[in-house]
Amino acid sequence: MATPFYVAPEQMMKDRAEYARKGIARGRALVAIEYVDGVVFVGENPSRLLYKTSEIYDRIAFAAVGKYNEFESLRVAGIRLADVKGYQYGRDDVTGKSLANAYSQALGAIFMGDGKPYEVELLIAQVDGGESALDLFHILYDGSIVDEQDVVAIGGESDRLTEIMRQGFTTGMDLTTAIRLGRDALGEIAERPIPASDLEVSGLDRTRPRRRFFRIQEPQVAEMLG
Amino acid sequence: MSDPTFSDVFPRPFEAQSSSFAEILRRTAPGVAPGWLTGRPMPEGLHEKLVEGTTILAVAYSTGVIIAGDRRATAGNLIARHDMRKIFPADHFSAVGIAGAAGPAMELARVFSTELEHYEKVEGEPLSLEGKSNKLASMVRANLGMAMQGIIVVPLLAGVEPRTGTPGIFEYDPIGGRYESTQYATSGSGSLIARQTLKFGYRTDASESDAVELCIAALFDAADQDSATGGPDLVRGVLPIAAVIDAEGYREVDEAEIRAHVDTVIAARTGQN
Repeated sequence: MATPFYVAPEQMMKDRAEYARKGIARGRALVAIEYVDGVVFVGENPSRLLYKTSEIYDRIAFAAVGKYNEFESLRVAGIRLADVKGYQYGRDDVTGKSLANAYSQALGAIFMGDGKPYEVELLIAQVDGGESALDLFHILYDGSIVDEQDVVAIGGESDRLTEIMRQGFTTGMDLTTAIRLGRDALGEIAERPIPASDLEVSGLDRTRPRRRFFRIQEPQVAEMLG
Repeated sequence: MSDPTFSDVFPRPFEAQSSSFAEILRRTAPGVAPGWLTGRPMPEGLHEKLVEGTTILAVAYSTGVIIAGDRRATAGNLIARHDMRKIFPADHFSAVGIAGAAGPAMELARVFSTELEHYEKVEGEPLSLEGKSNKLASMVRANLGMAMQGIIVVPLLAGVEPRTGTPGIFEYDPIGGRYESTQYATSGSGSLIARQTLKFGYRTDASESDAVELCIAALFDAADQDSATGGPDLVRGVLPIAAVIDAEGYREVDEAEIRAHVDTVIAARTGQN
């Protein structure tokens, strides 16, 4: 983007940030909730096959909101990085933290670059990393990175969503309770009930052997939520 | 205009090899990728020092396939290992048996299983068995430089098609030719001997147990005549490894069952029954 006129850097940053924030806020939200065996993602996603959440590595998962083609390329880059690292060293040496840092640097560079900022917000989750049972990393459009606990929401009206979920959150919930908490919170924000067919549910279950990522398809989600 | 493709790790659209782990490894970590992937030649004279030798085989039966291998690794006339594993799950519905130079072969198995998992994660569904066999063929073909120096890696691929449960066995030649077998296949220095046993014992509708026993018998016969193939080591308790792949997936036959089949085969061969 050629800029023939001088624009103050602060103004440029503010404009870019607003652009990215608006794009993300327009989209549907997604929440991550810690439950007894790990973490579950619950997102409003009417698409049957275009997912917002994905497995990255044995104990690491990815969730995103925003522009699909942008977060999809970030998703594949993360899987590539994890597989190459795990091959070079060992499977246990691939950490959510290093992946989250890579995403933070990538998004930071994109935000400051000549092209448009990415309209994406990411979550990286890892179960049973060296020191803690669950790590949740939240990466924003400009590369800012925060680690979270218990519950976190990304996408449209995420602050309100997080508040609602914190009120309903208890430690050691089972999977069905956690999914219900997410679904109800999403429904409250959207001001309409969200049917099971519009939910994308997946997560990490530390009791599974090696590959902890699971995805629950619509019929089973409907059955669990009753 | 800067381009947010920081390295080859960032995907580009319409890249033909975009779901291939082996290709990403070669591009981003050439120092770590096996020599056959990057085309590095093996120094001369190293051949005799490499660990080799084997019999591996795969047999189709009524509801799936069995893949099995012996445990000996040799370097020239010396036994390098008594307990080498030559059968590896490639993914939940397929397995690779490795024969030939052990180091490169084990790397092949490792890259191949990572390749399959990588594809499944990126694409959202696993490769068909046919697709897996083609990918393995291209990896064997990539080894051509080393094969011509005598460092040969010849795998067997056995599995079921995830979508239908149909079993399949694929064997390869040293330069990557791929051959599908409907009944059985063998590879390694003891392969011709093992093939004879399979030829006489094979039944299309065999039960799982009978098929496993036939594999154990074939390995026993191969070990009897090929010094590079190890028979059941009752002294150390090291037995052949056999794995079953059917519609439920890959599982290894437990040691107690292998031992029972070994005892039956020994009794039959030594006329003690």
